[in-house]
Amino acid sequence: MTAIASGSTELAERGPLRAALSRLVQRKSAVFGAVVVIFFVAVAALAPLVSPYDPLATNFLAVRKAPSVAHLFGTDEIGRDVLARVIYGARASLLAGVVSVVIALGLGVPIGLVSGYAGRWIDGLLMRITDAMLACPFLILAIALAAFLGPSLTNAMIAIGISAMPIFIRLTRAQTLAVKVEDYVEAAKALGNPHSRIILRHILPNILPPLMVQATLAIAQAIIAEASLSFLGLGQQPPAPSWGSMLNTAKNFLEQAPWMALWPGVAIFLAVLAFNLLGDGLRDALDPRRK
Amino acid sequence: MRWITRIATAAVLAAALASTTSAKTLRIGLAEDPDLLDPTLARTFVGRIVFASLCDKLFDISPDLKVVPQLATGYEWSADNKALTLKLRQGVVFQDGEPFNAAAVKFSIERHLTLQGSTRKSEISAIKSVDVLDEHTVRFNLSQPFAPLIAALTDRAGMMVSPKAVQAAGSNFANNPVCAGPFKFVERVAQDRIVLAKFDKYWNKDKVHIDRIEYRPIIDNSVRLANLQSGSLDLIERVAPTDLPALRKDPKLQTATISSLAYLGITINLANGPKADNPLGKDARVREAFDLAIDRNAIPQVVFNGEFTAGNQWEPVGNPYYIKEAPVAQRNLEKAKELLKAAGHPDLVVNLMVPTTQEDQQGAQVLQAMVKEAGIDLRIQSVEFATSLDRAHRGDFEAWYIGWSGRTDPDGNLYSFVACKAPLNDGYYCNPEVDKALDESRSTNDPAARYQAYKKAAEILIEKDRPIIYLFQRKWIYGMTKALEGFTPYPDGLIRVVGVDLK
Amino acid sequence: MLAFLIRRLLIAVPTIFFVSIIIFGLQQLLPGDPALALAGEDRDPNVIAYFHKKYHLDQPFPVRYLYWIDDALHGDLGQSLRNNMPVGALVLQKLPVTLELGGIAFLIALLIGIPAGILSAVKNGSAIDYAANVFALWGLSTPNFWLGIMLILLVSVDLGWLPASGFVPPTENLGENLRTIIMPAFVLGNAVAAVIMRHTRSAMLQVLSSDYVRTARAKGLSERTVVLHHSLRNALIPVITLGALEFGQLLSGAVLTEQVFTIPGFGKLIVDAVFNRDYAVVQGVVLVTATIYIFLNITADFAYFLVNPRLRS
Repeated sequence: MTAIASGSTELAERGPLRAALSRLVQRKSAVFGAVVVIFFVAVAALAPLVSPYDPLATNFLAVRKAPSVAHLFGTDEIGRDVLARVIYGARASLLAGVVSVVIALGLGVPIGLVSGYAGRWIDGLLMRITDAMLACPFLILAIALAAFLGPSLTNAMIAIGISAMPIFIRLTRAQTLAVKVEDYVEAAKALGNPHSRIILRHILPNILPPLMVQATLAIAQAIIAEASLSFLGLGQQPPAPSWGSMLNTAKNFLEQAPWMALWPGVAIFLAVLAFNLLGDGLRDALDPRRK
Repeated sequence: MRWITRIATAAVLAAALASTTSAKTLRIGLAEDPDLLDPTLARTFVGRIVFASLCDKLFDISPDLKVVPQLATGYEWSADNKALTLKLRQGVVFQDGEPFNAAAVKFSIERHLTLQGSTRKSEISAIKSVDVLDEHTVRFNLSQPFAPLIAALTDRAGMMVSPKAVQAAGSNFANNPVCAGPFKFVERVAQDRIVLAKFDKYWNKDKVHIDRIEYRPIIDNSVRLANLQSGSLDLIERVAPTDLPALRKDPKLQTATISSLAYLGITINLANGPKADNPLGKDARVREAFDLAIDRNAIPQVVFNGEFTAGNQWEPVGNPYYIKEAPVAQRNLEKAKELLKAAGHPDLVVNLMVPTTQEDQQGAQVLQAMVKEAGIDLRIQSVEFATSLDRAHRGDFEAWYIGWSGRTDPDGNLYSFVACKAPLNDGYYCNPEVDKALDESRSTNDPAARYQAYKKAAEILIEKDRPIIYLFQRKWIYGMTKALEGFTPYPDGLIRVVGVDLK
Repeated sequence: MLAFLIRRLLIAVPTIFFVSIIIFGLQQLLPGDPALALAGEDRDPNVIAYFHKKYHLDQPFPVRYLYWIDDALHGDLGQSLRNNMPVGALVLQKLPVTLELGGIAFLIALLIGIPAGILSAVKNGSAIDYAANVFALWGLSTPNFWLGIMLILLVSVDLGWLPASGFVPPTENLGENLRTIIMPAFVLGNAVAAVIMRHTRSAMLQVLSSDYVRTARAKGLSERTVVLHHSLRNALIPVITLGALEFGQLLSGAVLTEQVFTIPGFGKLIVDAVFNRDYAVVQGVVLVTATIYIFLNITADFAYFLVNPRLRS
């Protein structure tokens, strides 16, 4: 008991980031999540080296073959290797998850910062628009946007990113409001610092932790959103693979070729679960009061 | 413990009672939700399935595409083919009790021709006026001879509505349609079900063994099938060919198939806007090369489990108007490559607009793999269906992977697509020779003469110009419970409930 | 108190206004002439022209918006372009269906999420905590349309216990209604269960370490009493008010669930309308949804306000 206690005091002296990291590592589920995320990222990055076949190579003689030594995950409806498509599909699905959230952050955080910092009528206007966006069901917004932009992976990412933006606006604004009244911000203002400097140097770094947590959780949601859009035919288009579009095709062959659905489904589940666990772990680690 | 026996007995009694007094309800699963239930305004194929039970027509077709009497018992063309006299069936009443007579026919036809937004007008626009000769005889006066008219009268344009009901309901007729079919309208819950009940004064009521029909639109193929397999539905239409083996293995179910009039092809943009300025649109040799690079059997084989049939025309192989002198060509990669080289495009790139529907995407991918072997780089542009309609209309495409649900008369499968300035001619193809042949086919009622006219058109369309490259014809595939008897599939894909029984 | 309520209601008005602009604007930007989509296969030019005139489709965006807003304020949300049914009637027909689906889904989410959250908090850090976490997260990590299809295959086709799809209204046959709604509600409730579990867990953790509970324990009350009687009530308050906020989540999930199980509710109505370019339906439905959501939010805030005296200052 004492050893751990003194250990953590030492770490705390070294800096809050190190402390957070150590808390994160101690939580087994978060570690599991991180490991799985890294695994998927590695697989996606090294796809050409890891994949046994070209994911686009068709073989009309080997249509819907069950898993075997030659095709570990079986083949799909026009003879392509499912394992290869799951591996390359990781690229599309992970990209969809990350890029969507980057878009949501890139748009949402600045708006939230401005809204929270400026206050008054700017804040009122921006919040009304944000509320309006939040009042539209997320998936409907994404579907309408994706239909407007046209069915493609890129457009799905943009659609999901825009639909997820309001959550980040809200979060950033709430955090900005809380931090705005802190002493160091008041001090910076008193010293005559320009607004942009106060926002970027004093406010933003201090609101990063909850944003990181939300971002990680949002990646999980975005991967599912991509799968949902693909299910409706609005995401990644064939022949390029993504886990969601593979599920969309597979649903027509559930009885004849269940392996077509099983592996992408498992992949989505693991990836999303991992991001969720990681996000939860980050939340607990960055907020010591909760333990 | 006694209460258990009491409940059990009650349950058994209730079940016994239920089985003797329950109406025979036929639960049919449709692949889409029908639009308006008004024959004059309706626009979808799936709506016609409901109409088959709700609204009788002047004529119907037999499974081998012959015209048979329904509300009309016979017809006669005048010598100049510009007047059509119909003899009407006697003793027929509409579902609201009103008598069916020549006046009702005149009313219905005039409604088709004049109602704002009528989608029937172009089908029977040749009719100039309708004369009531006597209570059961009516004459259509045409502005010019029009052979496909009879075929039009076997579809929605021939559906008769009760004048009294129309006048009472006005624009609300679609929400409570009144026709002269074997089943009358009971209720509709949008996207959930349409319920019809047996019309006890139907003229052919002895052949009607079902008391009630429930149509349930279920868009997802696997869910529709699951409903059939679990017993929630008695009959489903448009079963995916890849699901047939599972259906055939199920001891509680049976299947029925028939070759359909529906086809799928590639429409090429020849002159509609700037996008037509591409090798495929400009050079007939390139189109021929593309045609020759395709193995017509591949898509039916790979995507449709071998069920659908390869085709190269707007009529299926075996149809009386299939031009036997222009048979399906064999794949010829050598000739394709030669033609491409001669045309100066050995590395051809084709942008194919494909709707996001599953089977269309799969078919396009098979095509992509096939033509690659001739050096053609086929790029698939996935476009949502509604958007693809718009883009085709505006000419924003090079080639379009699209089908047609098929009409009984060959004119319905051809004219609107290849005649100069016709409404469905998105590629803006125009060849006066073809138009002349098509007009000939319309002006005579003699099948042999019409065949010759279509043959002339085929020689140009199939072997020279190739504005549309036809790929395959579908089959209508139905799944149903073994308890269903008397079901006959028809090439037009409609479900006719008269004669059907549930044991 | 009254001032707070009035202020919130006033704020709701511009929000709803913005919702209408966003959704109208989005629709107008959708490519594809709806008249073409409506005119059906035969695409008769006369019919297309007729639709252009009837629905003002050749007018510029602001004009169309004004036509629509004017009608809407008079209670006329227009007609479905596809089958001429009044949007208002469609809404009244389908909203109860989705509400029932959402309601039962939320109930299931509570039944899964709250016990999981309590267990997780009470046995914090142990394997049970971990397992409960994963179990609830499973709902959040599986695409619900996927889960739906797998369940249909297993429960309806293989086992034959429940109908594969469709919906029977409770007024028609309560037993059948429950049978048709239980699977989709389960699928829908899974994701929300995770959120509820998390909130219950963190609320419980906070309460369990509070002075109030320490006192109860010191008094010698059994752990059971401490957990159930003292902590749970306080922990549940934020969870219940979460219900209003989760409505939006539920509706998003309902969109796909209704598609898979063919439940004729709001979600299915919207998706079909977007693909059919049935503008009037999309606008009307989203407006109604957003309005309900906004008012639920106000109610939730109000309830939270009432229940938590500390906030009243």
